[in-house]
Amino acid sequence: MANSGEAVKAAPWRDPSARPYVEIERVTKSFGDFKAVDDVSLKIYKGEIFCLLGASGCGKTTLLRMLGGFETPTSGRILIDGEDMTGVPPYERPVNMMFQSYALFPHMNVEQNVAFGLKQDGVPKAQIVERVATMLELVKLGGFGKRKPHQLSGGQKQRVALARSLVKRPKLLLLDEPLGALDKKLREHTQFELIGLQDKLGVTFLVVTHDQEEAMTLASRIGVMDHGEIVQAGTPSEIYEFPSSKFVADFVGSVNIFEGKLLEDEPEYVRIGSEELGGTLYVSHGISAAPEAVVWAAVRPEKIFMSTSQPEVDTGGSGQATDNLVRGIVQDIAYLGDLSIYLVKLPTGKVVRVTQPNTSRHAESITWDQQVYLTWDSSSPVVVTR
Amino acid sequence: MNHRRSFFILTCLAFGFAFLYVPILSMVVFSFNASKLVTVWDSANSPTLKWYAALLHNEEILDAAWISLKVAVMNASGAVILGTLAGFGLARFSQFRGRFTLNAMTTAPLVMPEVITGLSLLLLFVALEQGIGWPAGRGITTMTIGHMTFSMAYVTVVVQSRMATFDTALEEAAMDLGCRPVKVFFLITLPIIFPAILSGWLLAFTLSWDDLVISSFTSGPGSSTLPMVVFSKVRLGVSPEINVLATITIAVVTMMIVGVSLWMARAEKIGKAVA
Amino acid sequence: MGISGRGLVVALPYLWLVLFFVVPFVIVLKISFSDVDLAIPPYKPLIDWVGQNALAIRINFNNYAFLFTDSLYISAFLNSIKVAFISTILCLLIGYPIAYGIARSTPTTRNILLLLVVLPFWTSLLLRVYAWIGLLKANGVINNVLIWLGVIHEPITMLYTPFAMYVGIVYSYLPFLILPLYANLEKMDWQLLEAAEDLGCRPWQAFYKITLPLSRNGVLAGSMLVFIPAVGEFVIPALLGGPNALMIGRVLWDEFFSNRAWPVASAVAILLLILLVPFMMWYQSVQARESAGTR
Repeated sequence: MANSGEAVKAAPWRDPSARPYVEIERVTKSFGDFKAVDDVSLKIYKGEIFCLLGASGCGKTTLLRMLGGFETPTSGRILIDGEDMTGVPPYERPVNMMFQSYALFPHMNVEQNVAFGLKQDGVPKAQIVERVATMLELVKLGGFGKRKPHQLSGGQKQRVALARSLVKRPKLLLLDEPLGALDKKLREHTQFELIGLQDKLGVTFLVVTHDQEEAMTLASRIGVMDHGEIVQAGTPSEIYEFPSSKFVADFVGSVNIFEGKLLEDEPEYVRIGSEELGGTLYVSHGISAAPEAVVWAAVRPEKIFMSTSQPEVDTGGSGQATDNLVRGIVQDIAYLGDLSIYLVKLPTGKVVRVTQPNTSRHAESITWDQQVYLTWDSSSPVVVTR
Repeated sequence: MNHRRSFFILTCLAFGFAFLYVPILSMVVFSFNASKLVTVWDSANSPTLKWYAALLHNEEILDAAWISLKVAVMNASGAVILGTLAGFGLARFSQFRGRFTLNAMTTAPLVMPEVITGLSLLLLFVALEQGIGWPAGRGITTMTIGHMTFSMAYVTVVVQSRMATFDTALEEAAMDLGCRPVKVFFLITLPIIFPAILSGWLLAFTLSWDDLVISSFTSGPGSSTLPMVVFSKVRLGVSPEINVLATITIAVVTMMIVGVSLWMARAEKIGKAVA
Repeated sequence: MGISGRGLVVALPYLWLVLFFVVPFVIVLKISFSDVDLAIPPYKPLIDWVGQNALAIRINFNNYAFLFTDSLYISAFLNSIKVAFISTILCLLIGYPIAYGIARSTPTTRNILLLLVVLPFWTSLLLRVYAWIGLLKANGVINNVLIWLGVIHEPITMLYTPFAMYVGIVYSYLPFLILPLYANLEKMDWQLLEAAEDLGCRPWQAFYKITLPLSRNGVLAGSMLVFIPAVGEFVIPALLGGPNALMIGRVLWDEFFSNRAWPVASAVAILLLILLVPFMMWYQSVQARESAGTR
């Protein structure tokens, strides 16, 4: 979904010869005994929108602040456009930050706020006036120059903060939970505006958020963080469809995880026997795991098909008729308008989450306590070994 | 209990405020009493402004007031500089060498009996004079120094508590945009906490203007402040000119407080609207 | 901001206070050990040349001995503590309901009431104490009103009595108790009381079990702000207390100005300081706890 410019469409992170724009080299930040950021390495490329996604306390904000110069790494290096910026203070970095609380100077009007950074750089007055005016137009705050922050709405304040941090054309823009304070509709609208702005200006963005929907919408790539480490970095679809661990699978979107043992391990398929499931899963791709290893199969709710009559299962290849098929009773239904969430209780006691789009207005709906059959494609489960 | 306003509390409030204000109001009322006895109402000749006129010609009181004014202004301005630095430092820097001592030194004057502070300051000035020849005798300079020492403690408290609610993101944002720390203080922090600094100035001014004990210890011949003159008069009993002085003081203080409160309420409303 | 930058910011106030606040106490201590002299200044130096090559340090404990043996000083200390303590209790009894009432009012009423509490605080203490002279004296307002109402026929002696002194101290220090107590009560979560009442607690019980314990820091802070300065109070005993009101602040003043006995006055100051330092430290720890709680 992220439309982050031509350079990024070429997926430079896959090209070993591409030069990263921002390089975080084995950075650790300790506060006493506590490691807020633990040996993190990351390469961010020019023009990307990179999102650090994680729960509170995972270290994403600390990492962001180190990039901004507000904290110094305990060990490791930070390079921006090839230059070592590790100990450089914030006022000497080509990096700007958009603060979560916007931090607009209350005693200055909008124009003065936006012009502040340019004044510090000693830019000639005429140029300042021009650049400020252009930037305000860009964020659609054309006539608001003389207003003071307390006279603005939340969304308007955010745009001023954005304008203020972008007017200096920084090499890297850091955004700390940019959409957290906005209500849902405004959030959606602003997400697309942000992407458009970034595309136009070609600035590299680093966004920190705990909202995975935000990350999925904005990012060209996401880095999922947990306990100070980056557990997986990749494009939104990579993260969602190919999570590398239970944690990531569970963190981004909802997922059903079935613990099981490898019954058959072949290059083209594996079969997993799961007590939780009360059946077997046939997965049409090979994985690397030790024999008899405990593995987890993650199946997304939207990839499970639910029907009231026994379906015909596509066993594909060496699958059996009993693979990828279970029965259960509908325990709970949540109607969300565009889709419905069903919680289906299996005979083993495990509750499976299934989502179905409400494609028809008068569909014969599945109701509570109804017996249903659940099935899924052999390509749907993701097998993770941790 | 929001709507059930306790009868007990209301009576307490009523009596409490009556207790606070009856003496003040009685002083005001009797400033218009023609009788020299002050508290015996002379209905034949009152109310009158004759004591107001008398006060305006009382050289002793006017001279003392002028000295008090000079000392108070110098004291307030100096205390504000010292107190803002101390308050800012204590609030912003969670650790530095001597933090404990500085904290103790800025809280002690708030509670210490003034006789102790006054005595110690005088002895210091005497010892200094003996040792290095300065200050030569006591007067306005020594009084100002004495007042500044305890006033700055109050200013520190005011500034420190304002800084506690100050959004550090504002300072970080300024630095992020290229501003060096010292400039950040003058361009961003200071303008925003200005109302607190102003109230600190007013507080220091008032403390100095009203001070008796420390002034008595640190003053010299010919540098009597207004409270010192009032005290010597009051020791002998009531005096109508003092009532007049009190009334004028109360009027000025009231106007100032109401004015500053309204202004600060407006500034707070603006400040609150910012994210 | 680098460590050196921090040091510079606080250096100025720090040095000022060391020079004009701490050093003076050292000097007071030194002089408390010296002899009285008929000279200017009226004390003999501590370290003196004796002959050509010898220095003699003269440390005289007489001043302290004098204070401990003369009953006047002991009673003055004890009386000061007693007066300050009773005044603190009275301030609490009068001031707590006021602070509570203000904290429970609607925002607009609250601001007006606060203004009304603060206004006397900004008016000179001297003048406010003077007001009580006018009220309490033999032909003062109170006596005149009572006689006029027929309640009494002879004026009651109120001025120059311990009673007048208590009235004066409570009156002057009341705002000092109300303001920190109010600041503490204002932060209270009133829903706690509602929860208590919902669970069956009667209003007075709720106050006793919830409000009072939670306002402990405010009560202590306010009490210290009254007690500690009241012990050494001079103006009020001098103007309202009469000759029998023996307060240590007044003793210090008289020793210094009337008797020119600087060393004795210094000794009094040191003893008073030693007496009050534990309370000051208690106050500081209460303040630290309070601000830690709000962070």
